[in-house]
Amino acid sequence: MRPMTIAGLAVLGLLIVLPFGLKGYGIYILSLWIVYSIAAMGLNLTLGYAGQVSLAQAAFLGIGAYTTALLMKAGYPFFVGFGLSAGICFGVGLILGYPALRVQHHFLAFVTLGFNALVWLVFRNEEWLTGGTYGLMGFSRPSFFGVSTNNPVVFYFFSLALFLLLAFVLWWIVRSPWGRAFQALRENPIRANSLGVDVRRMTLLAFAIGSAYGGMAGSLFAPLVEFIDPQSFMLDTSLMLLLMVIVGGSGHFFGPILGALLVILLPEWLRFTEGLYLIIYASLVIVLLAVCPSGLLGLYERTAAAVRARSSDRRESAGGSAP
Amino acid sequence: MNSASGNVLRVRGISKSFGGVHAVNDVSFDVQEGEVLGLIGPNGSGKSTLFDCILGQLTPDTGEVYVGGEAVAGKRPCDLNKLGIARTFQMLQVFPEMTVLENIILAGQEHHGGMLSRLFGKRDAGLTEEADEMIAFFRLSHLRDQRAGSLSYGQQKLLDVAMAFMAGPRLVMLDEPAGGVNLTMLESLKEHLKVFNEERGATFVVIEHNMEFVMALCSRILVLSNGAIIAEGTPEEIRNDPDVIEAYLGA
Repeated sequence: MRPMTIAGLAVLGLLIVLPFGLKGYGIYILSLWIVYSIAAMGLNLTLGYAGQVSLAQAAFLGIGAYTTALLMKAGYPFFVGFGLSAGICFGVGLILGYPALRVQHHFLAFVTLGFNALVWLVFRNEEWLTGGTYGLMGFSRPSFFGVSTNNPVVFYFFSLALFLLLAFVLWWIVRSPWGRAFQALRENPIRANSLGVDVRRMTLLAFAIGSAYGGMAGSLFAPLVEFIDPQSFMLDTSLMLLLMVIVGGSGHFFGPILGALLVILLPEWLRFTEGLYLIIYASLVIVLLAVCPSGLLGLYERTAAAVRARSSDRRESAGGSAP
Repeated sequence: MNSASGNVLRVRGISKSFGGVHAVNDVSFDVQEGEVLGLIGPNGSGKSTLFDCILGQLTPDTGEVYVGGEAVAGKRPCDLNKLGIARTFQMLQVFPEMTVLENIILAGQEHHGGMLSRLFGKRDAGLTEEADEMIAFFRLSHLRDQRAGSLSYGQQKLLDVAMAFMAGPRLVMLDEPAGGVNLTMLESLKEHLKVFNEERGATFVVIEHNMEFVMALCSRILVLSNGAIIAEGTPEEIRNDPDVIEAYLGA
């Protein structure tokens, strides 16, 4: 077995055992990490693979959360809300992709930022639908085949299963020819276009699929937190999701998952420093990005390549013919 | 006249202005099946702009372009590529973060199957074998799994040309393939293009400043100056044309 496979199985084993050793709050944090990972994975497709800057992922998280909460309050089963969240966000993401056909980089960042603000205003002001600043509550966690996910451990495993499914789907997409076309879009859209890549279609798809992942994450977020209000889906959440992608390693499959772990756990670990925690947290992020702008997985890759090169040098200098 | 009689490309009355500058001024020409047409002219004479107008990168102010008899006005570069016209750019354009193999597969994958088959089908779109042949033909096999960005300039230039050939095009338009390539690499590039032309019947339009390269490769040459065609003929005729000498050397 390759070392990556072994590492992957070890992590999976840990994720299965871990909740039994944790108290309620620990399990909640772990579930939150899974939910944010799904949203960050989607943003990684849009930004990391296809190179389209988006500061609107929190808006899709919100659309998914409100859609699911409203439907569950109306008595519909969870998966109706989940499916509809994915569908609505796919459609809205497709529309948000159109500006990206005209503007790129920081201009696109401002377009998507404006969109996030707009969605947030709808959440806050349309009280008849969203409850305004009071938010929405009073929807229960879903149950399947008589098993309620009210138990935090059960909900955690439910989230983990959905997460694994969605991660597999995304992995399939990025390793298919679509993934290659997305990457071509990021590296050189003009050349990609001249080689037959339908740049317009792929740009819109990158936004649509990434946004759908935001919506599905939001759909899990609502029953996890059991209370949603507009504050959870402001620009700072979009920036946090962007940070997860960049810290973990934008364009690396596991990057956003690792990034989400760091961004969620670090504040918890730094809790003992009390008032100083934000200062330490911010400093760590600055140092990390200055040292490895390609994120943690980028740093890992460079180190691994250097180690391989050094060990093959050593074999050659030892006089033996390298295999 | 029937347009289908061996003309791969027909260009009629293309003009393009930027502000008050007539970059391309009423240019018409044909490209016949199997020929290698050279397009030369001083810097700023409108060669690359003409390419961009033909290939949908720019929208010409006036004029028509026909591919195999079909008018292609308003088509996007990716649509034209699917009609069988491939190109390279003046500035080197490969995908630096992808391997050589990935670059070549990308260049072919959009020509195989539909959108859904590219999502659910094979990762390499069934192209690895064909891609390896192309890589071997350009003598890049030892670099197959290297990042394209780590190759030397000349090797990247070969890769760039190889990508243009990957879709099995009817016509390849090369914008300064020899620019910045060293002498040995230049010879090998010339040989490769000749083989493609003579053995596989590929048709080319080549923009180039290297006269030796153009004269050796092309069967017919167009000379562009200030956006207009000032001469047309065999390499021998062009070499002795007083207008051409004037355009290149005169004030």
